[in-house]
Amino acid sequence: MSLKGKSYIVGAYEHPTRKAVDRSVAQLHADVALGALVDAGLSLADVDGYFCAGDVPGWSAPGIGPFSIVEYLGLNLRHLDTTESWGSAYVNHVEHAVQAIIAGKCRVALITLAGRPRAEAVNPDAQHGLVKDSAEFEFENPYRPVVTNVYGMVAKRHMYEHGTTSEQLAWIKVAASHHAQHNPNAMLRGVVSVADVLESPLIVDPLHRLDCCVVSDGGGALVVVHPDIARSLKRPLVTPIGAGYAVRQLNGGYFDILQSGGVRSGAAAYAEAGVEPTDIQYASLYDSFTITVLVQLENLGFCKPGEGGRFVADGGLISGVGRLPVNTDGGGLCNNHPANRGGMTKVIEAVRQLRGEAHPAVQVPNCRLALAHGSGGQLGGRHGSATLILERE
Amino acid sequence: MNEIREVSGINDTQTYWNAAALGTLLLKRCIGTGKVFHYPREHSPFTGGRTEWVEASGLGVIYSCSLSYRAKPNYCIAYIKLDEGPIMLSNVQHEDLTQIAIGKRVRVVFRPGIDGRPTPFFMLAD
Repeated sequence: MSLKGKSYIVGAYEHPTRKAVDRSVAQLHADVALGALVDAGLSLADVDGYFCAGDVPGWSAPGIGPFSIVEYLGLNLRHLDTTESWGSAYVNHVEHAVQAIIAGKCRVALITLAGRPRAEAVNPDAQHGLVKDSAEFEFENPYRPVVTNVYGMVAKRHMYEHGTTSEQLAWIKVAASHHAQHNPNAMLRGVVSVADVLESPLIVDPLHRLDCCVVSDGGGALVVVHPDIARSLKRPLVTPIGAGYAVRQLNGGYFDILQSGGVRSGAAAYAEAGVEPTDIQYASLYDSFTITVLVQLENLGFCKPGEGGRFVADGGLISGVGRLPVNTDGGGLCNNHPANRGGMTKVIEAVRQLRGEAHPAVQVPNCRLALAHGSGGQLGGRHGSATLILERE
Repeated sequence: MNEIREVSGINDTQTYWNAAALGTLLLKRCIGTGKVFHYPREHSPFTGGRTEWVEASGLGVIYSCSLSYRAKPNYCIAYIKLDEGPIMLSNVQHEDLTQIAIGKRVRVVFRPGIDGRPTPFFMLAD
C-alpha cells in the first residue's frame, strides 16, 4: 500500500561548504539541522524524532555518539533511530521516519549527516577498510581490497559480460559536470569531456581518476513531518510514496556482482508506490563511481541488464537532453559527497526537483515523481541499498 | 587430511590456515545441501546446519579482477570462481599483470601473506 500522504518532507538543506576547515563535525550537524528546520519553518523545539548514523561525533564509543549529538543539538525526543548503513543510511532514515510518524512515535523527524574527511585528509580506503573483528577479515584482508579495486571489479565484469566501454562510463561523469556548472556550491564546476575522463590517470583497472567521486566536507539534513504539520507550513507538499531496503551479501560465495541490493530495494519501492520506472521523471542515483550509476540504472529498471552503457552515452543522463535526468546537482562525482556518504544529498536534490527549486538550467519541467537511491558498503562486495520514491502533491 | 590439524571452538578457522601451511586449500561444505561455500564458518549459511571441511582442487576461473595502479608494486585483486562452486576473493599473481583477464583458468599457490603466514593466492594455469 502506498505511503502517499502519510508524511511529508518539508525541510531539506545542504551545507554550502565543501571544505570545513573552521567547523567541527558537531557544528556541521547543528548547521544542517538548523538549516533544514528554517527551510521547513520549524524550530528545534518542534523536533520529537531524530535519525542519525555513524557520522555523528563520538560514534566510536558504542551507543554514546547519538546521545551526545542529541544533547549538543538541544533536542527533546520521543523517538531516536541510529540505523547505521553508511551511505544508504539517510535514504533509509527517511523510510524509518515515515514508519515512525505512521506509528505515532513522532511528528517532526529530523535527519542529519555531517563530516569533514577533506579537512582531516582522511583516506577513504582506510575509512572503508575491512574491520578486524568482522568474520570475513582474515579471508579478505590479505588480498588488499580497497574501495577503488572492489568497484573496479564490478566495472570490469560489466565490460566482460556486456561490452560496456570506458567511453560509456565517462558519459556519466560528463553529465554530472554539465549539471555541476550551474551549482555555485559544487566542488568541481568545470565541464569535462569524455576525452578528459579517459585521459585522467587510471586509478584501478578500468576506473580513471574522473570516474571517482569527490571527497568533500559538509553534510545535509531533512525534516519529515506528520501531514497535519505539513499542511500548517508554507512549503510544497513532497510525500514519500514508496521505499525499499535490501542487503546484498556474498552468500557463501554465490552471487552476481552486477546484481546490487537495488534490484530488491527498487522492486519493493516501486511496488509500494504503485509506479513503474518509466513513470520516474528525475532520479538521484548514488555515484561514488561512474559504474555505481550504471549498475543502479539497470538494477532499478531504467534500462535492461547490459544496456546501461548505451543508456548513458551521448548525454543520456543530462537534464533537458537525455532519457533520464540524473543527479542534477552534479552528484557525488562533481558536487558533494560529504563524509564519504552520499545518500543525504541524493534525497535533497530530489526534493529540490519536486519543489521546482533546482537550478533553472537543470530543473525538470513539472517534476512530480522522483526517485532517490543510496548505497552503503561496497558495490562489488556486501552492501545495503535504499530506494525512496517521492511525489509532489 | 590426516596431517591437517583441525581446530574447533572460537578459533575454528585456524583449521583453514593449518591446511594452507601444508599447501592445501580447504573449503566448507554444508552437510544438508552438499553445497560447498567460502569463507568458512562453523554453521551453514544456507541452512544453519552442520558443515564439514573439504579439500579444494585449487583450480578455478577468474570471475572478475582489477589491477591497482597506485600501489607499488601494482597488484591484481580478483574474484575466483572455484571449480567447487563458490567465488573467493584473492589476488592473481603473474610477472606481467596485464595478462590477467576474466575467464582465464587459475590455480592456487601458497605464499606468505600480509602477516607472513602461508596464504592462498592464484596464478594463471596456462
